[in-house]
Amino acid sequence: MNIKATLMASAVILSPVAALAADLTIGFSQIGSESGWRAAETTVTKQEAEKRGITLKFADAQQKQENQIKAIRSFIAQGVDAILIAPVVATGWDEVLEEAQDAEIPVVLLDRTVDAPDDLYLTAVTSDLVHEGKVAGEWLVSEMGDSDCRIVELQGTTGSSPAIDRKTGFEQGIDGHANLEIVRSQTGDFTRSQGKVVMESFLKAEGGDSICALYAHNDDMAVGAIQAIKEAGLKPGEDIKIVAIDAVPDAHLAIAQGEMNATIELTPNMAGPALDALEAYLADGTLPPKWIQTESKLFTASDDNQSIYEMKKDLGY
Amino acid sequence: MASTTTSTFRRILPQLVILGCALMLNVLVFPDFFRIEFQNGRLFGNLIDVLNRGAPVALLSIGMTLVIATRGIDLSVGAVMAIAGATAASLVVEGHGWVTALLGALAVGAICGAWNGLLVAILRIQPIVATLVLMVAGRGIAQLITEGTILTFLNPGLIRLGAGTIMGVPTPIILWIVLGAFAAFAVRRTALGLLIESIGVNQASSRLAGINARVLLISVYLVSGLCAALAGVIVAADIKGADANNAGLWLELDAILAVVIGGNSLLGGRFSIVASLLGALIIQSVNSVILLSGMPPEFNLVIKALLILAILVIQSPKVGHAVYMLRAAGPKAFDTRPAPAARPQKEQS
Repeated sequence: MNIKATLMASAVILSPVAALAADLTIGFSQIGSESGWRAAETTVTKQEAEKRGITLKFADAQQKQENQIKAIRSFIAQGVDAILIAPVVATGWDEVLEEAQDAEIPVVLLDRTVDAPDDLYLTAVTSDLVHEGKVAGEWLVSEMGDSDCRIVELQGTTGSSPAIDRKTGFEQGIDGHANLEIVRSQTGDFTRSQGKVVMESFLKAEGGDSICALYAHNDDMAVGAIQAIKEAGLKPGEDIKIVAIDAVPDAHLAIAQGEMNATIELTPNMAGPALDALEAYLADGTLPPKWIQTESKLFTASDDNQSIYEMKKDLGY
Repeated sequence: MASTTTSTFRRILPQLVILGCALMLNVLVFPDFFRIEFQNGRLFGNLIDVLNRGAPVALLSIGMTLVIATRGIDLSVGAVMAIAGATAASLVVEGHGWVTALLGALAVGAICGAWNGLLVAILRIQPIVATLVLMVAGRGIAQLITEGTILTFLNPGLIRLGAGTIMGVPTPIILWIVLGAFAAFAVRRTALGLLIESIGVNQASSRLAGINARVLLISVYLVSGLCAALAGVIVAADIKGADANNAGLWLELDAILAVVIGGNSLLGGRFSIVASLLGALIIQSVNSVILLSGMPPEFNLVIKALLILAILVIQSPKVGHAVYMLRAAGPKAFDTRPAPAARPQKEQS
């Protein structure tokens, strides 16, 4: 009898908590694992779900929309409480999103948006690529003050939206400061090796002494460029200031070693804000805004980059 | 000996002229192009960059020339580069020395090449299809080895292969020149080159003439795999990391282009490794023009395409024939006009 009473009592005490979290089952349709960042996003999403006691059903679409649609349909059939999608392309989602809506399952988009009426999904959690570039530009403005600075830019893959937006944002950031000038801008295809090759040509074409700063659209190109600067006998981080975007572990390591100055984080934690919004919505119907912008955090030498590196390197980058 | 030297020179003359033009284009966009300094313990200059950055395609073009001479093609070299780089990186990360890593990568390259060779020579699958298999699968294999990340390493011996120098000269330059010279010597100072050409011209009759076509075919794909592996190690060592997604991406096409610019026929037969190497340098000179010109990156591919098109048009048989006819109709022809009248007289006497 005693035991039964205790069990019943504990069940009563635990039940509100359990109803909020432990009962939730959420399906997550991930694009694939095409980049280190994507792998880190998957890891972090699993960690965030575990932290909240949510059961996460994970489906890897291997870069195919048809796989994502199949996964979403199976989530609907299983009657999950909510669905997270990192959409591989922007179009062709209307039908499957309507199916989710008919089943009254809220859908949250991660990292990318889709071309569908916005009443078909609860919210989209993405970063603002233009804002990232702007933060980088503003950092350089505050770093240089009134002194003249000739900037070289390593662009991402020509025509890709991160390359276009991060370029626009940076130009907005340095707008109105005539002492800052972009003297060379060329694509490094987002890769280390091209970053190094293009930086070599910048150093020769402009002369290493007359370049004051490098802005790279991602950290990988900056890491390649650092090697080119070293081989030219200059000190990266001192002779040439370096700012890039993404905040991958190797960038934190470079900042810790004084070879890079700043990086802006494209956080792999899109799931945190998404799950917060979902929990609030499922608990009492609070509608989140249609777009949740993730923080574009600036990391400089004043942060403890060595320990951030240790923490991030196991996320799968 | 003297006559072979002159004939080789005449064979590569068009490539030398085009390379000269491409280098002059560089001077046009950047007047200090030819300035070479000794800086930070290494040769430093744009010309050195062209030789250094051209190394991967130059290495690939050695193997590709031999494969194309047998009327084949090897599309897998870019993927083999990624596999070899990943192998070398994972070996040094596990604590092995750089020699083990290099040998391991070369062994993997040899296995990949032998696999292509088996498909082509034994199973008689068309080379473009046979090597496409590894082109697609290879990058996946490389990603499996690196577990999808950029596998970075700090082994100084391995890094020296890509980013280091020997007596001030960047190591990749020495590697491709030595290997290219060795390969050119091996095929031209022995009958090997002739045998490879004969397979390309007519495989069946070569076999009937007693040439072991199968072994030779497997060998050329194996050499191509070895060259790709060395190129892959250089590319990985250069950035101190194996990037399975991007290492050697589309380089198979640059290698084929180098062979074509080198004046070698895709239908097999006569070939020149030296001309292909010049082709690789021409491609890199064109890349250099684009980088030094400071044009917006949107123009990169258009400029490259136009320059390559111009090179191929100049080399095309029709244009070559037109040039020949023009020369024949030139002033010299007028001078020699009386000759036909004189000749029959001689014949009569």
